Amino acid sequence: MEQMVNVYLYGKRYAVPASATIMEAMEFAGYQLVRGCGCRNGFCGACATLYRIAGDRELHACLACSTKVEDNMYVATLPFFPLVKAVYDIEKVRPSQQIMMQLYPEIYACVGCNACTKACTQGLNVMQYIAYAQRGEYEKCAEESFDCVMCGVCSSRCPAGISHPQVAMLARRLNGKYLAPICEHLDKRVEEIKEGRYEALLQELMAQSPEELRRLYNTRDIEK
Amino acid sequence: MYQDPVIAASAELVAAARETNIHIDPPRMTAQEKEDLLKTYHPDYREDQFEVLRVGPSKGQKVPRELAALLQGRSRISPSMDLRKADYETDVLVIGGGGAGASAAIEAHQAGAKVMVVTKLRMGDANTMMAEGGIQAADKPGDSPAQHFLDAYGGGHFAAQKDLLAKLVTEAPEAIQWLSNLGVEFDKAPDGTMITTHGGGTSRKRMHAAKDYSGAEIMRTLRDEVINRGIPVIDFTSAVELLLDESGRCAGAVLMNMETRELLIARAKTVVLATGGAGRLHYQGFPTSNHYGATADGLVLGYRAGARLLYPDTLQYHPTGAAFPAQIFGALVTEKVRSVGAMLINAKGQAFMNPLETRDVSAAAIIRECSDRGNGVKTPAGYAVWLDTPMIERKHGPGTIEKRIPAMMRMFGKYGIDIRKEPILVYPTLHYQNGGLKISVDGQSDVENLFVAGEAVGGIHGRNRLMGNSLLDIIVFGRSAGRHAAAKAAGVTPGRAALSHVEAFHAALDQAGVDTGVVSPKLLPTYNSLGKDF
Ligand SMILES: Cc1cc2nc3c(=O)[nH]c(=O)nc-3n(C[C@H](O)[C@H](O)[C@H](O)COP(=O)(O)OP(=O)(O)OC[C@H]3O[C@@H](n4cnc5c(N)ncnc54)[C@H](O)[C@@H]3O)c2cc1C
Ligand code: SF4
Ligand code: SF4
Ligand code: FES
Repeated sequence: MEQMVNVYLYGKRYAVPASATIMEAMEFAGYQLVRGCGCRNGFCGACATLYRIAGDRELHACLACSTKVEDNMYVATLPFFPLVKAVYDIEKVRPSQQIMMQLYPEIYACVGCNACTKACTQGLNVMQYIAYAQRGEYEKCAEESFDCVMCGVCSSRCPAGISHPQVAMLARRLNGKYLAPICEHLDKRVEEIKEGRYEALLQELMAQSPEELRRLYNTRDIEK
Repeated sequence: MYQDPVIAASAELVAAARETNIHIDPPRMTAQEKEDLLKTYHPDYREDQFEVLRVGPSKGQKVPRELAALLQGRSRISPSMDLRKADYETDVLVIGGGGAGASAAIEAHQAGAKVMVVTKLRMGDANTMMAEGGIQAADKPGDSPAQHFLDAYGGGHFAAQKDLLAKLVTEAPEAIQWLSNLGVEFDKAPDGTMITTHGGGTSRKRMHAAKDYSGAEIMRTLRDEVINRGIPVIDFTSAVELLLDESGRCAGAVLMNMETRELLIARAKTVVLATGGAGRLHYQGFPTSNHYGATADGLVLGYRAGARLLYPDTLQYHPTGAAFPAQIFGALVTEKVRSVGAMLINAKGQAFMNPLETRDVSAAAIIRECSDRGNGVKTPAGYAVWLDTPMIERKHGPGTIEKRIPAMMRMFGKYGIDIRKEPILVYPTLHYQNGGLKISVDGQSDVENLFVAGEAVGGIHGRNRLMGNSLLDIIVFGRSAGRHAAAKAAGVTPGRAALSHVEAFHAALDQAGVDTGVVSPKLLPTYNSLGKDF
């Protein structure tokens, strides 16, 4: 017999298997999930959830799909949070400090309370990446925020009303497009293909008989 | 530390053999060995798990039983519903907000068309978001589109539609460049050279990655771009039927609000179907790596509208699904773990196969190890083999795991397993739908003005797909479908939209005496304990 624990979904008690994730516990209780469930494995940020263990003063945040239930856990899901997403043209913006001031001026109102970092479901140093964004250090902001799943939990805790994941998204795109080193072999290959340089080789291969294709495949050399 | 004594004892054997195993390069199997292995152990060869379609454009085709029930199911709506009022009118309707749908929407918009996206959950709640390993492109010296073609064609068992595969490999470098220009952060050396690795079945190191969040990095960037362009995205809204006009051309879709169940009509000049895969149908009872909405809806919609399927009987079981702990059962352990140096080890500590065989061969070999050979590790859910992750840092130095596969470290870390110190247990998981709707090189299905892109397509890869070629196909064929759908829309004068094809399909089911007792598309799997279908 599987061990059971009590969880309180939106305040209502259900006995669920102790090994279940919060998401599985909801389904075990009979919920048909529509909102708040995407990848079911920690990548999409659809399942932001707040919880408290009875008797514990601290409020925790997590992803429901990848967090195990605990006895006496009080759970409230946060399947949507109104973030601000500034609209911009990636071809026209530049990776200057100014662009953050223009698009996300609220980041300069950060009071340094660190609530975002404490709440982050991915364990990221959110306050730090916002500080990098303030200073226009997009490469660092991009690196620090890379594992962000855009669940919005940090923003729900922020007294300054900052939309952290959107700020980080902008920083990463600026970094990827403008600051990361240019890849010469890629640009060269795209040009060569446009000139049709690889066309003959490919056509020749495709025209081979099935037996010859098999032979070529089975004897191809494999880069070490 | 593993608590289970059987697991812990076997883990010790693995640790003890590590220094020896690290220096072994297990031989690759011969073509004959692979063929025999697949026939005996691969789930695609279990005849009793398949059924022949009796109705529809691919009548006579063999498909998984669970899919047959849906393809030959009844519509969720009444074909006689009132279609006069259009809730949405657009040039190009994109169904599915994953990577293929987003790419199509961006290119259709770029081409000047009026475009909108409808998607079942939120945009990006999709298989694309979950891709970890990377994306292939032959962009380095010593590699070429022809070499890429050879790898993919052979890996797909010489069954790919050649024109589609040629397009895939030829446009691959440009796809990477396009993503890069949108701001996707690929792993690069300080001089800008792409850091590339092998994947199962590649003969050149052409796997590009963004750590092990490759798909997430691509998906969130594309989503950001869709929003920046002001393209309307209607989320929590599924397509439940396609609309055809009097001459059989696709003319929009009937949609359903997933929360209120309200039905809505979207009229369009052309449609791009980009609904992704089918993992949540749990073929043969396998767990899956797929997202919650992967229920083969696009195949059902397209099939009812008259589009043929290609290779719907071939599924990809990823060799390394997490087998332990239970909370992540079936979740993907990216192939990159093997690319960067972890080997597959059996319960006795033996390196029983080369870790870089193609997926189907690896999956079959693991199933053999855990069944007939009796070399599996007993777990609460069945049997499994080891993936020896501590080897990675023995080979490439401390810090490699955190730098190259942080998502994996996090996924297991949440359940107290430090993959830098302990090996992990794996078993095949239902991962990818190799087959799907047949398309022309422009991305159009058998139904005029119905384009298909992404995992819902069949034929690009043949009967098996190599890692990194799917993220590639959703970009190459997603963009192409968007462009062609936009161009085609410019010449369309809308006709009268109807559901008579659904009526005809129902009649054909009756005539053939087929009653599967289900309505389709499925939309969501049934996981609630009350067993109520969505
Ligand atoms: C865990 C995992 C790891 C992977 N790793 C790699 C990798 O490393 N490299 C690689 O190349 N490939 C990888 N793949 C495969 C690849 O990610 C997918 O095949 C690809 O992203 C599919 O893209 P798509 O746009 O076709 O479908 P998806 O990204 O799944 O998008 C489909 C969208 O359509 C929506 N939808 C479904 N039905 C309907 C409906 N009826 N109406 C409206 N909307 C609907 C879905 O909700 C979803 O948002 C991986 C897949 C998984 C699951
Ligand atoms: S930074 Fe914010 S949005 Fe991103 S993962 Fe952490 S809590 Fe979620
Ligand atoms: S929660 Fe808001 S105000 Fe507090 S540190 Fe984070 S960003 Fe600054
Ligand atoms: S469902 Fe995607 S992160 Fe939880």
